Amino acid sequence: MKNKNLVSITDFSKDEVFKILDLAEEFEKNPNQNLLQGKVIATLFFEPSTRTRLSFESAISRLGGKYIGFTDAGSSSVKKGESLKDTIMTVANYSDMIIMRNPIEGSARWASEVSKVPIVNAGDGANQHPTQTLLDLYSIRKTQGTLDNLNVFFVGDLKYGRTVHSLLQAMSMFNTTYNFISPEELRIPDEYKMFLDKKGLKYYEHLDFSDIISHADIFMTRIQRERFSDPMEYEKTKNSYVLKKNMLEKTKLNMKVLHPLPRVNEISTDVDTDEKAYYFTQALNGVYTRQAIITSILGLK
Amino acid sequence: MTEKKLQVSAIQNGTVIDHIPADKLFNVINILGLNKIKNQITFGTNLESKKMGLKAIIKLSDVFFADNEINKIALVAPEAKLNIVKDYQVVEKKIVEVPDNITGIAKCGNPKCITNHEGIITKFQVVNKKKVALRCHYCEKITDSEHMEIF
Repeated sequence: MKNKNLVSITDFSKDEVFKILDLAEEFEKNPNQNLLQGKVIATLFFEPSTRTRLSFESAISRLGGKYIGFTDAGSSSVKKGESLKDTIMTVANYSDMIIMRNPIEGSARWASEVSKVPIVNAGDGANQHPTQTLLDLYSIRKTQGTLDNLNVFFVGDLKYGRTVHSLLQAMSMFNTTYNFISPEELRIPDEYKMFLDKKGLKYYEHLDFSDIISHADIFMTRIQRERFSDPMEYEKTKNSYVLKKNMLEKTKLNMKVLHPLPRVNEISTDVDTDEKAYYFTQALNGVYTRQAIITSILGLK
Repeated sequence: MTEKKLQVSAIQNGTVIDHIPADKLFNVINILGLNKIKNQITFGTNLESKKMGLKAIIKLSDVFFADNEINKIALVAPEAKLNIVKDYQVVEKKIVEVPDNITGIAKCGNPKCITNHEGIITKFQVVNKKKVALRCHYCEKITDSEHMEIF
């Protein structure tokens, strides 16, 4: 996997996904190792994403590496009008790998074509966020003991939700049954339904989850304000799909609630203490998964 | 005796591209780069066609296209027909076929795509050939024929 870029989740084969997940398991047992000593990794965040950035920086720091970069476009040369190509070609001279978050869709693919060092996409607009997808897969495998034949509930904003789209694609390798629960105006786009049709996988669409939640193995929810062009639509939606503690009573024993965080109010805070709430551990898994991604791309593992 | 009147004069050797939709003539000229070649070119547009209503036709002297080159016009002229002419005789007829991949030619319909922000040549995978739909190599979004803009 050395020198490979991670731009889109579809860049990795099933075997490569398993390799990352197995490696992440090793890092979970032993997260502090000096594998990145002498390495410099650039973290270029053209838009702020505190959580993703800190997770990457923690992963690098625990492995003894150094990072350089910026935390939003305002403090970079982009403000002076530099093109992405010029920024990447310059920073590639200073670093062994570039981790980039950029609101422009397709920017990570373009960066991977002009960079002499590997690019890891930390989110390109509404397109891809593959390291999030890999940590989701890690969390699912860890809690369920397998990725095969699971019933996954996707709840909330299924139209704009990048996390949903990438995980849906990745889970299609594992005979998943999909339940999509969203308001009418935020339904899963047709192109993803066509994708599942082609793969011959089962999916169901619902407006409400209260009657069917007992079937779920994985319950994943997200509604994001910044993906809505109409703030009215966001206000209407954000309260319609709140998960509360009493709803967990009739769920399966192995059922886990996932959320990429930050949460707004899709999950009531009284769920946090329930053993089915997994989102904070999921965030911790992000560090191990990113350690696995960085070291395997640099050819150190 | 019937006299056949040609609306655009005949060529001795070369290629005739027929059945181009009249309003796509200049797209075809751009896509094939005909504005940059030195050969003799005659074209006609808004010609009556039983099949298409109004059509355009291009006659190119001493120009012959490779299949992958001519297939690029299938995006705008899917029903175009080619006659290869040698010594005033049609020696071969060809139809165009939508290719699997498209480089340049079309604009990505996603305003947030990198190709609409930096001077990058667009690249697409053709995901539907009948009702042409293109998936952008960069932003992975699909541009369908209704929203397709040709450079």
